[in-house]
Amino acid sequence: MPDKKRKKDLTFAQKLYLPEIFKGLALTFKSMLKPSVTMEYPEVKFVPPAAYRGRPVLVEEKDGTERCVACGLCSRVCPALAIEVQPEETELEKERYPKLFEINMIRCIFCGFCEEVCPEEAIVMSKDYELVFTSREDAIYGKDKLLVPVDQLKDRLEFLRNFK
Amino acid sequence: MPKLTIDEKEIEFKQGQTIIEAGKDNGIEIPHFCWHPKLSISGNCRVCLVEVEKMPKLVIACSTLASDGMVVHTQSEKTIKARNAVMEFFLINHPLDCPICDEAGECKLQDYAYSHGVGESRFDEEKVHKRKRVELGPRIMFDAERCISCSRCIRFSDEIAKENQLTFVKRGDRVTITTFPGESFDNPYTLNTVDICPVGALTSLDWRFKTRVWETSSTESVCIGCSRGCNTEIWVRNNKILRLTPRQNEEVNETWMCDHGRLNTFKFVNEEDRVDGPHLNKNGELVKVEWNEAYSTAFKKLKEFKPGEIAFIGSAYATNEDNYALVKFAKSLGVTNIDFLRHTIPGDQDDILIREDKTPNTVGALLMGVKPLAGGNGSKQIIELIRSNKIKALYVMEDDLIGDDSEMEKLLSKLNLLIVHASNFNKTAQLAHVVFPASTYAEKHGTFVNFQNRIQRIKPAVATEEMDRTLDGMSQSRWDKFGSKYDRWMQGKKFDANPSWKIISRLSGQSNQQLKYDTADDVFEDIAKSVTELKSLDLDDLGNQGVELGSQKVGSAKTVNSELS
Ligand code: SF4
Ligand code: SF4
Ligand code: SF4
Ligand code: SF4
Repeated sequence: MPDKKRKKDLTFAQKLYLPEIFKGLALTFKSMLKPSVTMEYPEVKFVPPAAYRGRPVLVEEKDGTERCVACGLCSRVCPALAIEVQPEETELEKERYPKLFEINMIRCIFCGFCEEVCPEEAIVMSKDYELVFTSREDAIYGKDKLLVPVDQLKDRLEFLRNFK
Repeated sequence: MPKLTIDEKEIEFKQGQTIIEAGKDNGIEIPHFCWHPKLSISGNCRVCLVEVEKMPKLVIACSTLASDGMVVHTQSEKTIKARNAVMEFFLINHPLDCPICDEAGECKLQDYAYSHGVGESRFDEEKVHKRKRVELGPRIMFDAERCISCSRCIRFSDEIAKENQLTFVKRGDRVTITTFPGESFDNPYTLNTVDICPVGALTSLDWRFKTRVWETSSTESVCIGCSRGCNTEIWVRNNKILRLTPRQNEEVNETWMCDHGRLNTFKFVNEEDRVDGPHLNKNGELVKVEWNEAYSTAFKKLKEFKPGEIAFIGSAYATNEDNYALVKFAKSLGVTNIDFLRHTIPGDQDDILIREDKTPNTVGALLMGVKPLAGGNGSKQIIELIRSNKIKALYVMEDDLIGDDSEMEKLLSKLNLLIVHASNFNKTAQLAHVVFPASTYAEKHGTFVNFQNRIQRIKPAVATEEMDRTLDGMSQSRWDKFGSKYDRWMQGKKFDANPSWKIISRLSGQSNQQLKYDTADDVFEDIAKSVTELKSLDLDDLGNQGVELGSQKVGSAKTVNSELS
């Protein structure tokens, strides 16, 4: 093997390393005196801003029904094929509701397309980023896990009205 | 032939054709809502307005006769402006509730709004509101807001179904459809109006809200409801049939089918009582067993009887391939008692589509030789011979001999051996010693011959355990293409069943190799060699329109991509 030629030989000061070490330490001491930004998760939870895209959830109206009309547009637009909707007829004025609504959280890539396409503002991105499961089956969220009361989603709904 | 020019293209037309017809025959589609090739001309929707040189105003292409030397523009500035205006007009009072409308995805108004609309409305006032859920008849729901008053449904009832049951009432933006007082929209053909309604105003109570149409796959097939054999399309999601629709075949059903065929010939395919895997009667109870055990038991038991003590019953519900294999099997055992049952409802017939023979393949069964062989007995005598204990073993393929007949039930329980191919646990299957699970018409390849002597193909739309949508070239929905076994929407039930010809082939394979077939096409090839009427017929000759036997021309395969609307 031929000898490797360094691009540039170090100067004496550089060879000493000390100036660099002092520069580094100076930064360290400066940071020690600043307030800390690290959170002691999970004891302390991070509450994201309204623009954050956590897991998609379904809006539950005050009367306990879902806002969704099972149009299937979110399911159609979802690039990851994460959503399955099966409609059924209801006596309510909206005529149809989702008999089955499932999002496979392993498939979901949190793109927010479902929220964007929904004609009813019925599916929105929440602030929930804690997704833990121990099996593929557990990762499929049904209506029981997806429905969130509208009161808890005010932040996001307002954000959407302003920026969508 | 006289000629006219549409958009710089000179085309020939037949005297008496309208501009829209002449265009259609030459691949030029002029937009239309109310015009339908099978119905009389109404001329009310105005979407087909075109510019004709030397005419002072735009004319409607659906009712203006083409004449020699005529020059028509469908894309001129004037036409496009008029079309945009008409679209804007339609959309003024249309609710645009596509998200909750069943028609979305196959809606003419939706399509035209994209292709011929301007994309916005100048109308800020409140839209006219009408009733949204009116049951016009036992099978049809009417949404008055969505109706664009094209009158197709009215004309269909009057002209095709020959029962004038619908009419317009009121005027202007209040106009709506209703049945005549005290009448229900209930003729045997009502669901065709759902197909031809250009919007989602008429929906099928059966299919309504079951799925989005873009989530399904569709497969060309043939209806088994009667010997007409209407050409159909089977719509499947997650391996379950959700609806049937008619497919165009001018020789058979034009573009229609009856409500009975549409609703009552597919539900059994996904029914709870399907025979799932072979069953043997052990100690008075039917228990599921492995295929090999069923084959060897059935074969061993059959061999215990003299040929004269055995009878075979074929079926006009089964394909030619199934019946052919059955007859060949009977012959190989030396059995001559072979026949099939007729299922006719005398008088239940009209001169539109419905036939009184309620099976799709009577002609085919006869052609395949499902009739007493020399010295053998027909079905009536077979029953008598069972009564007198002379016939002790019965092999029934895809038919229910018992039905509601309790006397027959008693009679069949006398048998020493009853082998049945059944798709569902009917009474006959429940009595059997061996039950083979038969694939339904929606799960196999094969052919039927209808009452007009027309041989037509069916293709699998639903997969059984041995099948795979991709590997077997079945049609696929978007879900089918991208799903994995971990997705719930891919886990639809697959039954452990096989087509009858395959069961017979494997059963007889226990001793002889004459009936060794790998595919339904192999059986068909064999048929084409030995059945005179089908001599030298090739499956490819059938296309998707079938061929009338006796008139077969090589390479006459016809494929029509139906444009129903
Ligand atoms: S966020 Fe994106 S990937 Fe997730 S369900 Fe919605 S559309 Fe699908
Ligand atoms: S797009 Fe909205 S209304 Fe439509 S199915 Fe999805 S959540 Fe329901
Ligand atoms: S119900 Fe449909 S087919 Fe009948 S007039 Fe209205 S839009 Fe036309
Ligand atoms: S007329 Fe006969 S073949 Fe046609 S749809 Fe009705 S039952 Fe089926």
